[in-house]
Amino acid sequence: MSDMANVDVQREFVKGNEAICHGAIAAGCRHYFGYPITPQNDIPEYMAAHMGPLGGVFLQAESEVATINMLLGTAATGKRVMTSSSGPGISLMQEGISYMAGSELPAVIVNISRSGPGLGGIAPSQGDYFQAVKGGGHGGCRIPVLAPHSVQEMYELTMLAFDIADRYRTPVMILGDAIIGQMKEPYTPAPSKYPPPAPKSWATVGCAGRSRQHVKSLFLKDDDIERHNWKLDEKIHAIEAAETRAESYRLDDARIVLVAFGTAARVCKTVIQWARKEGIPVGMIRPITLFPFPKQLVHEAAGKADVVVVIEMNTGQMVEDVRIATSHHEKIRFIGKPCAMPTPDDLLADIRRIAGELS
Amino acid sequence: MSGNEKRAFDRPVFERPKSLVDVKTHFCPGCHHGIAHRIVAEAIDHFDLREKTVGVACVGCSVFLYDYIDVDVVEAPHGRAPAVATGVKRALPDRFVFTYQGDGDLAAIGTSEIIHAANRGENITVIFINNTTYGMTGGQMAPTTMLGQRTSTTPYGREFSTAGYPIKMAELLAQLEGVAFSARVATSSPAQIRKAKEAVRTAFDMQIRRMGLSVVEFLSTCPTNWGMKPNDARKRVLGEMIDFFPLGTFKERKQADFV
Repeated sequence: MSDMANVDVQREFVKGNEAICHGAIAAGCRHYFGYPITPQNDIPEYMAAHMGPLGGVFLQAESEVATINMLLGTAATGKRVMTSSSGPGISLMQEGISYMAGSELPAVIVNISRSGPGLGGIAPSQGDYFQAVKGGGHGGCRIPVLAPHSVQEMYELTMLAFDIADRYRTPVMILGDAIIGQMKEPYTPAPSKYPPPAPKSWATVGCAGRSRQHVKSLFLKDDDIERHNWKLDEKIHAIEAAETRAESYRLDDARIVLVAFGTAARVCKTVIQWARKEGIPVGMIRPITLFPFPKQLVHEAAGKADVVVVIEMNTGQMVEDVRIATSHHEKIRFIGKPCAMPTPDDLLADIRRIAGELS
Repeated sequence: MSGNEKRAFDRPVFERPKSLVDVKTHFCPGCHHGIAHRIVAEAIDHFDLREKTVGVACVGCSVFLYDYIDVDVVEAPHGRAPAVATGVKRALPDRFVFTYQGDGDLAAIGTSEIIHAANRGENITVIFINNTTYGMTGGQMAPTTMLGQRTSTTPYGREFSTAGYPIKMAELLAQLEGVAFSARVATSSPAQIRKAKEAVRTAFDMQIRRMGLSVVEFLSTCPTNWGMKPNDARKRVLGEMIDFFPLGTFKERKQADFV
């Protein structure tokens, strides 16, 4: 009883977007640059109110193009820095994301995505999956992408994102959507397990006491740029080996395996509980890192399952990664809804039908 | 020889600035980047800033700044140097931060970034090299290309009816409240070089005194893409270019708006 009372005292009831800010501040981020776009405006508004009093920097840039380059400049000084945007704004940031990946600069980029393409709408969507996980910039760069499915994770994965960014010297993206960003639920803030690192020896802060150094992505000589690309490739493999994360939800005896991330995975959890009451053996893999993708887990589960159902708030993007992850292609199905959350009732009807086909 | 005469004799009259790296130039014969680099390096030495300077290099020939000036340098995407410099300066307000940008970089793709950094009064210094063409990409039209000037993308000469007019950045930026100092200089004669040195020193001083953004536009040469001998290129600056891009100081703030 006393333990529960303690927990209640610590819990807070906030929007997902706000939990991201709490996570960033807990991780020691004191530099935020951004440009308004729905549905993530709570983030710049929160940072505008809190960075100054914490002795940090908030700046509303003139565009997303300028924003990402302000990140680049601040990251080059070794400070923890973050921005947030939504689909169209992230498109404008892609140039800078590639430069930061090429220059090996750590930063956290939040995408509270909306429906597209183009101006699209402000409805929630997972339509930015390809953009996020297949690069996020020109020249073959890839960056880690984390997909929270609760307000608690909005907080915790933001702290993790800063840690991964610093450990591997890479930009890291948090991919949420309008629902997870706007939704309020209780969460328990905990101190970051990932304190800001010691001053970074590579940072360009003035060359006092050492020779000059450069942060750059230009390597004009063929040998140099090839070496640099292989180095970045090695880094990606190291991230794949150490940072791939996924949640297995009631997977052990599952004959029907759902694969879903973020908000869609949340709906799936409800549907799984309902279906289990009816005796349907359904479980889920929820990738927490969309890149690196949990290939091994998907392949093993697909081998044991009768059907693998990929459920996304788009017309089918992650389903391609599921196909790549496993050779059990005949078992894979897709259910999508591009610009809205799938309802648990509709999904349950689908699962019942699939279970019926199996019996 | 008296003591005074000996001291005068020993005193060097010319030497490499401390902040200029001792390497051979790779720039084309007659290019003025080297002169601008030297002037910047001398100003860094003058204010003893070498160890607390972060330079921001841009895209194009000017990116090679980091091969020549002996300070920490961050490389920015094309046109974005003022935004990168904003990030550096906001994170490290006590460091000296300058950008070094060409005309394509600052006056075309990066117009938004320079205008807004200037308007915010970012406490940075911008060295703007205007040679009226895109040098590294092979001599295409720049926003500063003169009317009638032939480039690889204005093969019949720039016409205002289709390609607009050359843009005067030093005058344009001087209009903005956040700008503390805006000047245009040239490096085609010893007298001009002396004035350019003064302008760069003033621009540096503005940042040191936290007065706002300072910018020095250099009229420069690109003999290779102009298809001229180095001396003819120098003469083009003295005649044609200065006619349209007048030298001088367009704004000099005397007092800071805020501290």
